[in-house]
Amino acid sequence: MVPLWMYLLVAAGLFSIGMYGVLARRNAIAILMSIELMLNAANINLVAFWRYNQPAQVGGQVFAAFVFVVAAAEVAVGLALIINIYRQRRSVVADDVDLLKW
Amino acid sequence: MFEVPSLSDLNVGATLPVTLLALGACVLLVVDLFIPRERKSITAWLTAIGIGVSLVFSLLSLSGAVEFGSGELAFSDMYRADRLTDTINVAALITALLGVMVAYDYLERTRLQRGEYYILLMFSAAGAMLMGAANDLVIVFIALELLSIPLYILSGFRRPQEASEESAMKYFLLGAFASGFLIYGIALIYGATGTTNLPEVWDAVAGVVAEDSAAKFLVMIGAGLVLAGLGFKVAAVPFHMWTPDVYQGAPTPVVAYMSVAAKIGGFAALVRVFGMGLSTFVLESGAPAAWQDTIWLVAVLTMLLGNVVAIVQSDLKRLLAYSTIAHAGYILIAVAAAGTAGLEDTAAQAVVIYLIAYAFTNAGAFAVITAMEKDDASNTSLDALRGLASRCPWLAAAMAVFMLSLTGIPLTAGFVGKWFVFKVALQADLVAAAVVGVLTSAVSAYYYLRVVWMMYFEEGEGDAATPPALAWAIGVAAVGTLVLGALPYLLSDMAREITLAFGG
Amino acid sequence: MLSEYAPIAALLVISVGMGILILFISRIFGPFRPTARKLAPYESGMEPFGPAIRRIPVKFYRVAVLFILFDIEVIFFLPWAVVFRDLGSYGLVTMGVFFFVLTVGFIYEWKVGGLEWE
Repeated sequence: MVPLWMYLLVAAGLFSIGMYGVLARRNAIAILMSIELMLNAANINLVAFWRYNQPAQVGGQVFAAFVFVVAAAEVAVGLALIINIYRQRRSVVADDVDLLKW
Repeated sequence: MFEVPSLSDLNVGATLPVTLLALGACVLLVVDLFIPRERKSITAWLTAIGIGVSLVFSLLSLSGAVEFGSGELAFSDMYRADRLTDTINVAALITALLGVMVAYDYLERTRLQRGEYYILLMFSAAGAMLMGAANDLVIVFIALELLSIPLYILSGFRRPQEASEESAMKYFLLGAFASGFLIYGIALIYGATGTTNLPEVWDAVAGVVAEDSAAKFLVMIGAGLVLAGLGFKVAAVPFHMWTPDVYQGAPTPVVAYMSVAAKIGGFAALVRVFGMGLSTFVLESGAPAAWQDTIWLVAVLTMLLGNVVAIVQSDLKRLLAYSTIAHAGYILIAVAAAGTAGLEDTAAQAVVIYLIAYAFTNAGAFAVITAMEKDDASNTSLDALRGLASRCPWLAAAMAVFMLSLTGIPLTAGFVGKWFVFKVALQADLVAAAVVGVLTSAVSAYYYLRVVWMMYFEEGEGDAATPPALAWAIGVAAVGTLVLGALPYLLSDMAREITLAFGG
Repeated sequence: MLSEYAPIAALLVISVGMGILILFISRIFGPFRPTARKLAPYESGMEPFGPAIRRIPVKFYRVAVLFILFDIEVIFFLPWAVVFRDLGSYGLVTMGVFFFVLTVGFIYEWKVGGLEWE
């Protein structure tokens, strides 16, 4: 079987790509997609840990389901907010978010 | 085959305050659809009644007069209804009630009167309450989202005003980013301990440390990421960058509510996760928990940055935004103290006392700004305060009370909060943090008292309008601040029996 | 172990190879006489108009977002559906609560006009 650490490595990679995306991208939609990557990295971790450490209990799997349901709710709200801004300004470039990079 | 639980095992009775509130919000969401646009005061009243009923149940449960449900645990050990839950419930519900009262007239005069405002506020209050009741990392995560998602929408409620929409987007993007950290951290803790149940995590962490395996690093990184995620919510340095912009852009009544509710939820969860779940994460025997140093360092940075930057602000909303950052620092000292073995309960008590004192004071201060603010969201600068005392003596007096309380002058609630926080810090040998806390409090006196000075001793055009609901909110907050300050035993008695359960 | 994946790998090689081979053969032996009409993108016989990537009315986003929400919530029915016979009335009641919350959302969505196209 593929060892656990490989899954963790993939997840860590995804998480880092997502984090880079949030910090480096200017487009609000792209930032939102990067955040999704981060959440999915956590999901890979949860499911991998569940499969390798506690296959008898469904805790990790159920948690992963909760994560992506909540993520969907978050995306719905986020897209609505972004569309709102777009109607106002005809642009979704989140210039103000560069505050993070100090 | 597995054992099928029965409905009575869920112990819904123990969760009555939050269940009622959430159910009420769901019902109201439908009822509101049939209330015509010009009669939204009905929705506001129904919301206030719903919150009030839930508050009564919380207070009954807190006083011990009525025993709801059987035992502390509910929903398959996911929910813990103990003393901490009750006090957090009371704090969150009072804040929500003040939030409704502050918002009503503001929504009326800015033509934003929509029922969704109150319903979203109810949902987010339910989220804050659930965070205090979390006995499982899953609940911490879901409650955090239930608290935050309505707040994202509320900050953008004043559309099509650009500042409000922009602040909503910024709050949303950074908040979602933070929950990414939180969930990744929780995943790592789950990987190291094999469970998400906090008492079981507490048990397992001791074993992980003892066997000194790689899992130790998973817990360490996981704890760090969870701290980052929750630190975002409570606006701790270095995750505070969103606070001033969001608080300045969002509608003022929303800020009055969310500056307190997000802190109540965030700190309740910090106490649950660190004080309860991870307090056995001790790398050398006899030493405090491994995360203590990090948290008190963050606390010191937060206090310094919040207070120093607040000095140079010229906008009242921005000034108070930095002040909320500073206050997050004070509460973090108490959270750090929870890392010393034996002090977990005292630290949790200090956190709760500070939060309740802060709820009245801060919601009140933002309510005063709501009264000053003009319909076009202007008139919130410091200059607008000049001469307020001669035109609106009562409002100015209330503002003075809030400012003194935020400074931590004796006989106000703020002093009681700071007293307990610094006391537990000294007990935990966090002398440096306590000293920085006292010094920065002295610094903060400069900008808080400047507000009082401008209201009373400078000539100007300061003016405000206080419609009845808003006047009541400010009055309740001011009286609450004074009463809790003059009779500190009210708070300490309420908090005294808070204990964090250990070892399941 | 990895050898279990050998048939899949073989299938992958054969199918990809076949695809490339066919394209290659038709390029060599087939007649190639391009006209403007032939090079235009295929749109089911319609006259192509405008670029493929362009702005879409915001209504589509609204429907998509509403769809995602309800679509994903269904995931919670799945584990329940697997064991619902064993869970009996307990499962039914808890699922009823979940369904109640979902229905509240649906009624709200319907009444505020989220499902109207115009």
